[in-house]
Amino acid sequence: MAIKKFAVACYDDEEVLFPAVKQVRNSGYKLHDVYTPFPVHGLDGALGLKETDLHVAGFIYGITGTSTAVGFMSWIFCSDWPINFGGKPHWSLPAFIPITFELTVLFAAVGMVLTFCYLNQIMPGVKKHVFHPRQTDDLFVVALEINDHTNEAEVINFLKSTGAVETSVQVAESEWWFGRWDKKEAYELA
Amino acid sequence: MTERFEIPARLRNTSLALIAVGVLVLILGGVTMLGGHDHHDKTRFWLVLLQNSVFFLLLSVASVFIQAAASLAQGGWIVAYKRVPEAIGANVWVFGLIAGAILIFIATGFSVDGHNTIYHWVHPEGDRILEGKKAFLNKEMFIGFTIVTIALWSFFGRKFRALSLAQENAPKNSTKVYWTMFKWSAGFLLVYALTQMSTTPWLWIMSIDAHWYSTMFSWYTFASAFVSGMSVILLFVVFLKNNGNLELVTKEHIHDLGKFMFAFSVFWTYVWFAQYMLIWYSNIPEETTYFKMRQHGPYSLIWYSVFIINFIMPILILMARPSKRNYFTVTFMAMVIIFGHWLDFYIMTMPGPLGKHWHLGWYELGIFMGFAGLLIFVVSNTLTKSSLVPGNHPLLKEAMLHQS
Repeated sequence: MAIKKFAVACYDDEEVLFPAVKQVRNSGYKLHDVYTPFPVHGLDGALGLKETDLHVAGFIYGITGTSTAVGFMSWIFCSDWPINFGGKPHWSLPAFIPITFELTVLFAAVGMVLTFCYLNQIMPGVKKHVFHPRQTDDLFVVALEINDHTNEAEVINFLKSTGAVETSVQVAESEWWFGRWDKKEAYELA
Repeated sequence: MTERFEIPARLRNTSLALIAVGVLVLILGGVTMLGGHDHHDKTRFWLVLLQNSVFFLLLSVASVFIQAAASLAQGGWIVAYKRVPEAIGANVWVFGLIAGAILIFIATGFSVDGHNTIYHWVHPEGDRILEGKKAFLNKEMFIGFTIVTIALWSFFGRKFRALSLAQENAPKNSTKVYWTMFKWSAGFLLVYALTQMSTTPWLWIMSIDAHWYSTMFSWYTFASAFVSGMSVILLFVVFLKNNGNLELVTKEHIHDLGKFMFAFSVFWTYVWFAQYMLIWYSNIPEETTYFKMRQHGPYSLIWYSVFIINFIMPILILMARPSKRNYFTVTFMAMVIIFGHWLDFYIMTMPGPLGKHWHLGWYELGIFMGFAGLLIFVVSNTLTKSSLVPGNHPLLKEAMLHQS
């Protein structure tokens, strides 16, 4: 939660974006993030993003689902309410497997979606600063983090030289916060 | 040129040595088992040959299937090492001839004291269940199906290779052969669906336990054969890579092959368990005898090892991304998976005729080595016959840039 200053550059083509990102990374400016209207293949590599541990989280959620299902069913069928099903033993593992499988998948899927939303700071009921309203439409937006000592004209000129079609300097909240978009705000953005 | 593969002396000698072991064991087995007086030994001799020849035939046909599937899905990543499944597919006929001869002999000429101990449906007289199945389970049907199936598989295996070579010699940027291959692939999937995925395993393997049946059986056999087929492809790719060939193949391709091995190990378990659970749940005696013998009877050790080798090991070892990108882990797991599914075929075939008189000894392993040697020998011979890079293929660039 911090108000920061950003230099923003908008590109209208993927083919310009990739060299631009490379130049920005080489220039030494601090890259805040890149916003694109669709998933751009290979951009994570170009940005030098490290692979997240989302899949490790997924494994842990999955194991949690497995043990919840097996534990819960074992407790029900063996101690809480034992019923004789066709003469089978109370603790019949093969019969538990389908539900165990489903619960593993459910826990892993829901857990990973929520974790994914957390890592990307998206969720219903939270807000995040939008650098350019067309970043979800047809513009690729690169945001650089700058501060009061930065020579703004120099940054803007540099961004223009990389092929930006639009540039701006914005002071904005860098993280997400609770709140809802109201209609007025949405109109102003658009 | 690294595009050309020359068989290293070590590989040739190893494969010839394996074949020699196989032939030696076969002769030795013939002398001691067929010449002996033990009924079970005579059955064992042919049953092991059936198990191995069918296993290697289905495993090599899986290579034809992956080519057809990749061609229809227009998958580019496989093009980097396309020559390997092609070379395996082009040699389906070798295993087809062997398996066909063994199967037809067992159905027609094999008997121990007047009883066909392997396919006892050949004499259905007096057995109401077998008489009811007579319309499908009879010698003529068996021989016809076997010949047609094997002929079609061999034809498609060679056809795909021929088409791929034609693509290489076609004019630059021509996609004519590519679309011809597309159509033939659709045809092969139809053939494959009607043979491997439905009828053929019923006749060849399931009819060993002729009283028992399972509608999941062919899928289960297919899963087994496909995951071992992908492992064999991976072993060849890794060998060629180590040999300095296949420059186009990177960790990305190895990763994708690893994903196939992982995913289809899980798929195998899914089908295997689906078949088991329904029978366990409904608990009908005529169905449960099949598993009684395997799970609680003399085969329980193998039954549980198959589960551990084919499910627990792949899921734990191949789950993480780095392990699918590591040449050692995938090679090791490929060998484990092939052995595991060979054991799976063992437990599909042996319990019916042999009961508690089973062996897993020199004869079984020797025949397995012989077939493995034959596979290495014929496939590496075919690999030398053309460039390892499928030049002129429309998706070649995509294969090079592939990221898994």
